[in-house]
Amino acid sequence: MLSRTADHLYWMARYTERAENTARMLDVNYQMSLLPQSEKTIEGGWRALLEISELTQAYSSKHENAAPATVIAFMARDMDNASSIMRCLQAARENARAVRGSITTELWETINTTWLEAQRMVLNGRVEHAPAEFFEWVKFRSHLTRGVHAGTMMRGEVYDFIQLGSFLERADNTARLLDVKFLAAAESHDAASDPVDEFYYWAAILRSVSAFESYRKVYRDVITPERIAQLLILNLSMPRSLAACLQEVVKRLGRVRNAQSADTQMATLNLFTELRDTTIEEILEQGLHVFLTEFLSRINDIGAGISQDFLVPLEVAA
Amino acid sequence: MRSLASCYRLDEVSGGLMQQTMQNIAFDEMVDSSQSSLLNGQDPTVNPRAHYQGFAQWLAQQPEQTLKARREEAELIFRRVGITFAVYGDTDGTERTIPFDIVPRIFPAHEWEVLSRGLKQRVQALNMFLHDVYHDQHILKAGIVPREQVINNAQYRPQMQGVDVPLNIYAHIAGIDIVRANHGEDTGAFFVLEDNLRVPSGVSYMLENRKMMMRLFPELFANHRVEPVAHYPDLLLESLRHAAPAAAGQPNVVVLTPGMYNSAYFEHAFLAQQMGVELVEGKDLFVQDDVLFMRTTQGPRRIDVIYRRVDDDFLDPEVFRDDSTLGAKGLLRAYRAGNVAICNAIGTGVADDKSIYPYVPDMIRFYLSEEPLIANVPTYMCRKPDELDHVIQNMEKLVVKEVHGAGGYGMLVGPASTKAEVESFKVRVLANPSNYIAQPTLALSTCPTYVDAGIAPRHIDLRPFVLSGQHVRMVPGGLTRVALKEGSLVVNSSQGGGTKDTWILEN
Repeated sequence: MLSRTADHLYWMARYTERAENTARMLDVNYQMSLLPQSEKTIEGGWRALLEISELTQAYSSKHENAAPATVIAFMARDMDNASSIMRCLQAARENARAVRGSITTELWETINTTWLEAQRMVLNGRVEHAPAEFFEWVKFRSHLTRGVHAGTMMRGEVYDFIQLGSFLERADNTARLLDVKFLAAAESHDAASDPVDEFYYWAAILRSVSAFESYRKVYRDVITPERIAQLLILNLSMPRSLAACLQEVVKRLGRVRNAQSADTQMATLNLFTELRDTTIEEILEQGLHVFLTEFLSRINDIGAGISQDFLVPLEVAA
Repeated sequence: MRSLASCYRLDEVSGGLMQQTMQNIAFDEMVDSSQSSLLNGQDPTVNPRAHYQGFAQWLAQQPEQTLKARREEAELIFRRVGITFAVYGDTDGTERTIPFDIVPRIFPAHEWEVLSRGLKQRVQALNMFLHDVYHDQHILKAGIVPREQVINNAQYRPQMQGVDVPLNIYAHIAGIDIVRANHGEDTGAFFVLEDNLRVPSGVSYMLENRKMMMRLFPELFANHRVEPVAHYPDLLLESLRHAAPAAAGQPNVVVLTPGMYNSAYFEHAFLAQQMGVELVEGKDLFVQDDVLFMRTTQGPRRIDVIYRRVDDDFLDPEVFRDDSTLGAKGLLRAYRAGNVAICNAIGTGVADDKSIYPYVPDMIRFYLSEEPLIANVPTYMCRKPDELDHVIQNMEKLVVKEVHGAGGYGMLVGPASTKAEVESFKVRVLANPSNYIAQPTLALSTCPTYVDAGIAPRHIDLRPFVLSGQHVRMVPGGLTRVALKEGSLVVNSSQGGGTKDTWILEN
């Protein structure tokens, strides 16, 4: 396959996944902001979301306060924000268009229709009037794209590079979500915390990664932050956990490997085996934030390695 | 439903621009005007030609709302499929669709039979001409085509002189523009308006229009035996494989596109996908030791045949425009060494230039010893003194074209111009006569077309695609383009043109 084609496929997948995860993250924040709590806590939640998306500066240059509606508009439909859902959907579509000959007609039409309909929804004010509905829609379009991909694409290099992009992006996004929520919980934690509030807080996080029911099945017990971390970092059966994502990246890299990809493969395999062999206690002892920060940095290096080895190298593409 | 069709008047085309000049009413593809009064409003479903009878019957039964809904559905589907073209200079990423008309253009089998033979004959002669020009130049020596017309032509590529290409084929893909008009004694005669031998486009619309028509109106295909066109990509791939250098076992064929912001990008991607070959851009390519490679995830891979949708000028910065990034440096070296085939060959423009066009009938006689089956539009060459005289004296009735002009530039439409414009154009022609040709203003045939006011006649042309490999072949059909503006003869999509499905009915 052409390196340029692989590059477009990989980024098409990353942007599709990123749009979904941004919608998930916004949705959980939005749901939480509906719970009874202080204005300050609510604003803190939105600021943390911007922080973890590395968008604080871009946001501050346009807006002063972090009111929910303002942050949602910025993250969902602001075309000046390269990480907004709309920009991700557009980028996914542009990348798909560049390789529309390499993907099935159904996959292309699904991605193209998502972009066309998203524009219509934004024009009709759906983001303002029914944000939860909009986020749900983005998630479902992503499900649909994934289903069409799984149901129509030949299992081969094209498929592998799309999977590679999806899972690397998902690992990154799940790590960010965990980081922001655990940091926020640590900051607002005091002796007077209401256990009922706590329950809603953590349940919302689980729901944001479609893991609430799975948690119940796995633990059959009350929700605790430690177990959530365990489930979303280490459980190989959880499709959005860090370990599961890394396992998939290792597998796909093994399939597409070439003469120069040995280092990237090794880095990925190391990260995966560490996740497989560690326990949640060890991670918490080290500090979750420290662990996740290092994880994100290693994911970033793997991404750069993939670009270097197979795709259009990042510095050339920029 | 009558009201829908009531605005179909065959005399419409005699209004406006055409009024002063047209002795003949335009030939209508669907309605037999000899059967009815021309001056009154007329329903196109009355007095249809024999091959339109089934369609007319069906059309008469369609409620207006159904047709309107189908039309809107077509627009939606084209957007979803992304059959769009980017508008140059438009930064907000607007993409347009080319309007699709739901009334098909229908040919009976016997008409197509003559057309297809004529097209194959013409393309065969054009390929022989190209081989001759770049080798022994018999036709120039025989004085049939003036040497200076060829050698001084901007499209002549001296780099191609003496280069052998597989099967001696230069134009593997030719798009020949055909019009139909009443001319002199002839009713509805076919003429070749123009040959396109460089990078003719539009074939994807031919294929997508058929898919759309079958999707919108499946019942029509149950009642008509319409020749299929969907195998075009197979024929194309076969022709491209035939062009491969002899040494290539399983030739690696690619489509070269200028990129996704090119207005024909949809077609490039579509053809690559349909043929199952890579769609490459200049940045994917490099030449090493006179061999062309593409960069893949598994290292360099050799290319044997390149179906390029990039103009000659941009193919190789070493030889042509040195600022081009759309081709590959050293491509011409690889080509001349016989290590890669380029389709269409470099330098085919010398055969489709307007200054060469008048000689095509003579080429057919010279190379094939046959009479041309499809005529040229009568053309006056201003380089010949007696023809120049005629052009100067009758310019207000003629269309005068610059020989290297394209897209309607450097052109005068006499009947649509003021006296002052005609006079000033005469000065230009007299200053450099050999730079101009002139043709009578033809009333292109019309076909019923769904416009805002209902169904009305609009002028059309036809671009069939002729493929040359070991055989000269074509799929039964082509792209019918329609000028959607009333009375307009301009079918270009950039100027309000649309397209129609084209049917060849089986006997």
